[in-house]
Amino acid sequence: MTDAAAPSSSAERRSPLIGNRVLLTLVVVCLLGVGLLPFASMAPNRLVSGQSMSTWAAFAPWQLVTLAGLLALLALASFAHLMPRRPGHAVALAAALALLALDFVALGGYAHRALADASPAARVSQGSAFWVLLFAAGLIMIDALQRLRPPPVWRALYAATALTLVGVCFATDLLSPLSIMREFANQRDNFVDQLTRHLALVAGALVPALVVGLPLGLLARRRPGARNVLFSVLNVFQTLPSIAVFGLLIAPLAALAAALPWLREVGVGGIGAAPALIALVLYSLLPIVRNTYAGLAGVAPGTLEAARGMGMTARQILWRVEIPLALPVILSGLRIVTVQAIGLTVVAALIGAGGLGAFIFQGLGQYAIDLVLLGAIPTIVLAVVADFTLQLLVALSRPTRAGQG
Amino acid sequence: MSGARTLHRLRAASAGSGVLIALCGLLIALTLGMAQLEPLFRALFPSVSNPLYTRDSYLNLMLAHIGLVVVSSLISVGIGIAAGLFVTRPAGREFEPMVSSLAAVGQTFPPAAVLAIAVPLAGFGFAPTIIALSLYGLLPVIQNTITGLDTVPETTREAARGNGMSAWQILWRIELPLAMRVIVAGVRVSVIINIGTATIGSTVGAKSLGTPLIAGLVSNNLAYVIQGALLVGLLAIVADLAFERLERRFTFGG
Repeated sequence: MTDAAAPSSSAERRSPLIGNRVLLTLVVVCLLGVGLLPFASMAPNRLVSGQSMSTWAAFAPWQLVTLAGLLALLALASFAHLMPRRPGHAVALAAALALLALDFVALGGYAHRALADASPAARVSQGSAFWVLLFAAGLIMIDALQRLRPPPVWRALYAATALTLVGVCFATDLLSPLSIMREFANQRDNFVDQLTRHLALVAGALVPALVVGLPLGLLARRRPGARNVLFSVLNVFQTLPSIAVFGLLIAPLAALAAALPWLREVGVGGIGAAPALIALVLYSLLPIVRNTYAGLAGVAPGTLEAARGMGMTARQILWRVEIPLALPVILSGLRIVTVQAIGLTVVAALIGAGGLGAFIFQGLGQYAIDLVLLGAIPTIVLAVVADFTLQLLVALSRPTRAGQG
Repeated sequence: MSGARTLHRLRAASAGSGVLIALCGLLIALTLGMAQLEPLFRALFPSVSNPLYTRDSYLNLMLAHIGLVVVSSLISVGIGIAAGLFVTRPAGREFEPMVSSLAAVGQTFPPAAVLAIAVPLAGFGFAPTIIALSLYGLLPVIQNTITGLDTVPETTREAARGNGMSAWQILWRIELPLAMRVIVAGVRVSVIINIGTATIGSTVGAKSLGTPLIAGLVSNNLAYVIQGALLVGLLAIVADLAFERLERRFTFGG
């Protein structure tokens, strides 16, 4: 963890003028994006593509001034001799939050103004400069956090602040005139259903995968003979494209459901949740088994020796020594699997399992871009949030060493 | 001891190449001879009136699929290795934490969602698929290039410098060869993911082995689904095995 600081500090020694070239690059990217790309677009209705609006046209004057001020402040923070290093990072963190808020406020404000005297069918959509600013604000946050290296709790608090800020933008009336939000308003009940279904599929796959995978990982640790066979079978499986597995499961499951009426009654069929869940469980097994094995194998032989010397039974050693020490690695496996399952469930919509992927593929079929984004953006957010949360859990599950908080 | 290990490894390698050749043969035979299997599919799915996908030949679909993967992988490998090299040189060191975390966060994005988001940017067809596949495939290549170059021991670089090698020579003759196995492992991950995502590419209008698969799902023709799924699954396994052999070729010592 600490060695990553060395390169940046050596670079700072080498070039004293610019303290943070990453930040300066991001400021330049913002300027280029704002200068060259459309910030929003306005269309007379949902189906035709809109007319582009530059940042100059879309931002209110005070917003333009604020944007210029924020970018100037960030540029200042990147010069070493103008701002000391640690305060500079703190300024960058604060300015990035403001940039994030400004991005949303400007977009919402433009949509309200543009649609005030337009026909009800008119639509305002976000443009690429909006995404550039959003992306850059996120990267500035990541960069500053990496340089400041606050403890995990502070990092989580900062992330929570940023998420709350975005949440407030969505909860209020600010973004409601946007095309994608209108699509959301039309689909609200359906959206909640599909989101619930998505999460249920992920959870429904993870629980059996853990129940089967954890003992298999233990087996791989205890029986080296079983290990190679187990890993190569699971490895081949991991290679197969998800849609192929979903597809190949349909025919056998349909035949099974036709042969056994009670299966059909509990909802098992060729399409729908059953093939999706089976495939998701199979995909989840390899990372869980592999990480359980690696976690257990990583426990130092001396530690086990000491536990035995203290008179612990094999069962006590497993539960009180091996599993607690292996927990961070096992949780990393869970993190991989959760993120993977969120992504694979998108594809499962193609075999009628539902979930947020349903919006994506329905939108692609109708060339309704807002519908596509209504499925795609929440899945990405879901995956990133799951990743971040589980990373935090992994960090918290690490045994604290003496002298380290 | 080491002799026995070498022998064991050689035996495993030759068994592996046997499997690879057999699967390769099966892949080619199925691609060219799917039409000959029509009676089988007719027997398996008596309710389906035309159990063989005929709107395009499986050879064309296979070539289109491989084309998508090869073009996007070449782009990812080119940009990915260049970016990985830049952030491991003194000039770009400062960007390394940022690029690494971008690559890590980007890989949590669902590939299907990335593909969908490419549509508003690039329209339908070949272009958005290539963009999505290249962007997504970039990440494991960058990550593994950085990891691979970082595993080269500082003492090795030191020794090369002591021998009077220039920075370029150290890169070409020492660092890249030593990092190659890890870099190839990254390319393997990216190609395998892209073979899968190219299949879904048919939902945004790119021709691939996913075309019969998706058409089968839409029209409830399971024969199409199985034909597409079999071929694309085999393709993924063959590619994975081939990369496994390639990786082994770059393993030194041990």
